[in-house]
Amino acid sequence: MLSCKEIGALLSQGIDRKLSLREKWQLKFHLFICKTCSCYDKQLQFIARSAHRLMQPEKDNQGIPPLSHEAEMRINSAIKQRLGKKENKNE
Amino acid sequence: MSSVSDPATWVAQHGDALFRYALMKMRDETQAEDMVQETFLAALKARERFSGQSSEKTWLIGILKHKIIDHFRKHKREQSSDDIESLTEQLNQQFDHTGHWSIPMRTWQEPEQAHENKEFWKVFTVCIAHLPDHLADLFILREVKGLSSEEICKLLDISTTNNMWVMLSRARMRLRGCLDSRWFNRSNDDQNQEAR
Repeated sequence: MLSCKEIGALLSQGIDRKLSLREKWQLKFHLFICKTCSCYDKQLQFIARSAHRLMQPEKDNQGIPPLSHEAEMRINSAIKQRLGKKENKNE
Repeated sequence: MSSVSDPATWVAQHGDALFRYALMKMRDETQAEDMVQETFLAALKARERFSGQSSEKTWLIGILKHKIIDHFRKHKREQSSDDIESLTEQLNQQFDHTGHWSIPMRTWQEPEQAHENKEFWKVFTVCIAHLPDHLADLFILREVKGLSSEEICKLLDISTTNNMWVMLSRARMRLRGCLDSRWFNRSNDDQNQEAR
């Protein structure tokens, strides 16, 4: 039977790659009898879901600050400047 | 004919979404702002080629994604193999010599509710920011869709995918510890002492 240490590594890898059938069974068996590892498993899954949610561009996350007013003005003027150049070229 | 909206309205329309996306990945406000500006300027150049197949926002995020990947490519961090050794060592410290957990592990109560809480996202972001740079880069790049493990390793100069797994395992272990003490332990005053 695999140790908690080995299971901990497998649980993390399960997020990054497809585990083999054998590894899956080893996990299942261990998690069935080990409360601590099942607890760790749930926490890792939660962290993965949170990370996924945080990085979604569609989700305008309230926890992350918006573009500052200064940056907004600076970027806007950079765009306008570039637009102006283009128009001059076209004329 | 392109169907993009007036570029003069882009910042107002999409500035915040792009900035938040960039900030999460760059973890540096100035760099994130620069990325957003570069994205808009690149979009300006390419707007004739906008096909309208995706939304304008998705199109802009796509450009931003490339800019971010380029940035990581240009600014590779020093990554020595020693790091893997010390990371393995740090991982081992969570277990005793028989391979059993040596740190306390308790169930997180109603974790999904945390997602609805603004404060949680602040704590989560802080926990990511507290990771060592190379772990944070890796943890975050994993969430950039369409990057394979091989590409991520190349971008971050990680020699093997096996090393990458060790790093990710360590990153998650640290995030777990951080969330455990900074978020899930807040209402349990009697347990405050045991968490670092």
